[in-house]
Amino acid sequence: MENKKTLRAPVSQKPLVIEKPENPEYIGGSVSIEINEKKFTVPLGTTILEACRQNQIHIPTLCHHEDLCVAGVCRICVVEVEGMRTLQASCAFPITAPLKIRTTSNAVRRARKHVLDLLLSEHYGECYSCFRNNNCELQSLAKEYGVDHYNFGHIQTPRYEVDNSSYSVVRDMDKCVLCKRCVRTCIDLQEVGVLEAIDRGHNTHIGTFWDKPLAEVICINCGQCINRCPTGALRANDPRDEIWSAIDDPKKHVVIQTAPSPRAAICEEFGMEPGTSLTGEMNTALRRIGFDVVFDTNFTADLTIFEEGTELIARLYNALVKKEQVALPQFTSCSPGWVKYLEHFYPEYVDNLSTAKSPQQMFGALIKTFYAKKKGIDPKDIISVAVMPCSAKKFECNRPEMVDSGFKDVDYGLTTRELAQMIKEAGIYLPEMPKSHFMPKSHFDDPFGEASGAGLIFGATGGVMEAALRTVIEFITGKKVENIFANADITPVRGFEGIRYAELPITEVGPVPKLIAHLVPDWNWLKGATLKIAVVHGTANAKKVMDDIKAGGKFSECHFIEFMACPGGCIGGGGQPIPTTPEIRKLRAKAIYDEDSSLPVRKSHENRHVVEIYDEFLTDGPCGHLSHKLLHTHYVKRGKYIA
Amino acid sequence: METIKKKRTGPVIFSEYKRGDAITKALSMTREDILFELKDSKLKGRGGAGFPTSTKWMLTAAAKSNEKFLVCNADEGEPGTFKDRVLLMEYPELVFDGMVVGGYTIGAQKGIVYLRGEYEYLLKPLEDYLEVMRKDNLLGKNILGKKDFSFEIEVFLGSGAYVCGEETALIESLEGHRGEPRNRPPYPINTGYLGRPTSVNNVETLAAVSHIVMKGGSWFAKFGTDKSSGSKLFSVSGDCEKPGVYELPWGIKISELLEIVGAKNTKAVQIGGASGHCVPKSQFNRTMAYEDVATGGSVMVFNESRDMLHVLKNFMEFFVDESCGQCTPCRMGNVKLLEGVEMIEKGEYTFAHINKLKDLGRTMQLASKCGLGQSSPNPFISILDNFKDEIFNAANGGRNGK
Repeated sequence: MENKKTLRAPVSQKPLVIEKPENPEYIGGSVSIEINEKKFTVPLGTTILEACRQNQIHIPTLCHHEDLCVAGVCRICVVEVEGMRTLQASCAFPITAPLKIRTTSNAVRRARKHVLDLLLSEHYGECYSCFRNNNCELQSLAKEYGVDHYNFGHIQTPRYEVDNSSYSVVRDMDKCVLCKRCVRTCIDLQEVGVLEAIDRGHNTHIGTFWDKPLAEVICINCGQCINRCPTGALRANDPRDEIWSAIDDPKKHVVIQTAPSPRAAICEEFGMEPGTSLTGEMNTALRRIGFDVVFDTNFTADLTIFEEGTELIARLYNALVKKEQVALPQFTSCSPGWVKYLEHFYPEYVDNLSTAKSPQQMFGALIKTFYAKKKGIDPKDIISVAVMPCSAKKFECNRPEMVDSGFKDVDYGLTTRELAQMIKEAGIYLPEMPKSHFMPKSHFDDPFGEASGAGLIFGATGGVMEAALRTVIEFITGKKVENIFANADITPVRGFEGIRYAELPITEVGPVPKLIAHLVPDWNWLKGATLKIAVVHGTANAKKVMDDIKAGGKFSECHFIEFMACPGGCIGGGGQPIPTTPEIRKLRAKAIYDEDSSLPVRKSHENRHVVEIYDEFLTDGPCGHLSHKLLHTHYVKRGKYIA
Repeated sequence: METIKKKRTGPVIFSEYKRGDAITKALSMTREDILFELKDSKLKGRGGAGFPTSTKWMLTAAAKSNEKFLVCNADEGEPGTFKDRVLLMEYPELVFDGMVVGGYTIGAQKGIVYLRGEYEYLLKPLEDYLEVMRKDNLLGKNILGKKDFSFEIEVFLGSGAYVCGEETALIESLEGHRGEPRNRPPYPINTGYLGRPTSVNNVETLAAVSHIVMKGGSWFAKFGTDKSSGSKLFSVSGDCEKPGVYELPWGIKISELLEIVGAKNTKAVQIGGASGHCVPKSQFNRTMAYEDVATGGSVMVFNESRDMLHVLKNFMEFFVDESCGQCTPCRMGNVKLLEGVEMIEKGEYTFAHINKLKDLGRTMQLASKCGLGQSSPNPFISILDNFKDEIFNAANGGRNGK
């Protein structure tokens, strides 16, 4: 579980952490309270809000978020506590003594209405021209409290300029209600700290260092702030118009690749319960919308396992046998938010990043080379779109070095939310779509039709590691991974613990597979060794691990570490449906793992199409010359100070 | 400095005091004895809120921690208040001796003076004074030979935000953060500066402590009224002949005070600064005391020539600027109240709307996060109530509504 208590509280929002007793039933462990004249007993330290919610008493909230520490600033959750002169913010009030609470008294109702009236009076714009229409917490509250006119007026002219300097995150401060969830997300959840309140009083607004455009500060584009914004003040940079134009243009061959996480979450955009996988339905919809071919990013996830796994083996061999100076542990590089975080905060460690591109960018390079050649299409006529759960992918595809195909490898990154919007615009109700073909033919188009379950689980934290292990274990031992881990589920790397560490002793070795025989002669040098690995998600946790590595601690002895910028991995990405909570992320991850276990091919090296690519196109094998040109990249030592 | 000092006389604060005396005496007493003296004195915090000092120190002393802090709140930002400046300039011995006594009583190792940014010119003289104290062993390690008692004082310069006078915002600012009030609970007595138990006391409170230690709690309690013991420094400004700092016993009538300061043709007195209450002529027989009109010391006198709506507008502009911007009722509420004042100014108001705004003001008093927002509607409500004949009636120089 992601632990709220260990989070560092940011400026001004230090919560009173009262250790909840282990045994609330012991004397002193619980407090008797009275809410609206009904008696309840709650564990010591429960907040009034928690006590009410546990007992089905509704309290409206705005600045409160389950992932974040307490702020107590919006004042919509105020309640009356007997004996106190003023109303108390229920989210910030821990119960340590018997209390009498009223949640619907006249003063409380009036205060809530006033808070809403005040927020609406400065909330520029109209709901129907906002992407959060029907999914906005301020709008819901207005409905809940029956707001039918503006008591204190309504702002007629914008006060701020929209900041769309970033490829990933667009900030429209005129819609901001100053709940500071984004501030807390940035400094507290992610420990990046790009956003903070600036100025005072009526001029208070959320801004960056010296109010610079977002593109010019150390934002890592993770988009977690978007997922937690209650209104439309934060959104992703939307490429829908350009994509529609490409689809409408008969000369363009529009290709779309779909990452694993959107298919596990897009159901939420259509009002379904989180955790319903809509892979087949989504593919049908994509074809109906007019995408010429639909590919599965899981395919290049499998390819990533080959490239990144080979790179790891080479690094280990060079370090252990050739005794060369090699940057270890090797870090994964699939998460563009994490990559940019490292470039900014730990630039001295960029050599530890795997040079393998992320699956999205590998696919981009293959589509405009291998695929274009195979189909006889001029790559300049190909528009390559990637559906991603991610806002940082938009930045990634615009990195200047991502042009190895001779063109922009991926033209547009599209988030799950934006794809859902396109599907709705096309008049499609996704849950009603027939599933695309599955067995015996794949959901996806040739020549990348098949992808393994290993590629699919890239979407959840620990997935890349698990996928890599499924292959590496079989490569090294020559035995089936099922012999070691039942059903090939490598459970030690699964879960939602922020930092997970595991050791795998290599007791026996087999022959070296043909594909990588050019790299290592045998496995004897690994016999008796212990592979040390770690899985980290959320950049706040990454900071802990990086600081440990810097200090020469336990993690500096790891061989391979999976880092994901977003809490929960890609399923909790900044392009996923809003809202996000630990519970929702768990359900999305479950959907992915369930689909994985239902697939016939669950290991990257058993994906015959990937093997074919090495036979046909990347003929000098993983980490060979051509794959280095197309599938690998380099990084920038950005540092924290940007001129 | 010496020459100015001789001019001031008063029963308590401005009474005789010799530098270091309170420290010497306090160190010969037990901590409990000091707390008992304070309890007997019934001293209440002089910043304006009036929390009993003995209780605050008792709770801080009882809090478990090996590190505690005593903070002297010298962020004197309330409009019309300047008594702390006088104390720091002319009577630093009272304030700093009080801090050492406080540090000894609550078990703090460090005292911090949070000095208002605009008082930068006091920084050097205060630091010089502290240096002299160190030389005389009134500060530093094992003060006056007392084993196990070491205490240091540091002066920290604020950056000019009014809200940093609020104790939790002050602590945030001390920690190097944006000055925004914290949620309470937890209270600073448990979780204050750097998460340690911290007692935040006003300059005048600490000065009073020095006298109480020397002359006893019951001596102090002889002055003033039952619930408002001792005397009070009043910062008097506005339409009067002799503005300045006055030490007067609690319980004095407003009319008596006006006479002392030579105020003529007085229409109204704003007591307690911008967030205080505006008292009209008809209520000048009210007394200054926690039982009646409580105040942190600011007294602003307005004579018949003043436009009360203009006075109100000035206050509201102040709050719109000085709200920290954190919580909704205060950040936006003050803007709406100011807009209301401007509507009245232009004669473009309806009584329905003004009443709506008064209602909003009552919500701000209840639902704001800190004292700033809870008290900023006070002038709006009290001035509009007390001067409605003037403000809403064109015949009296006001503006008729629509």
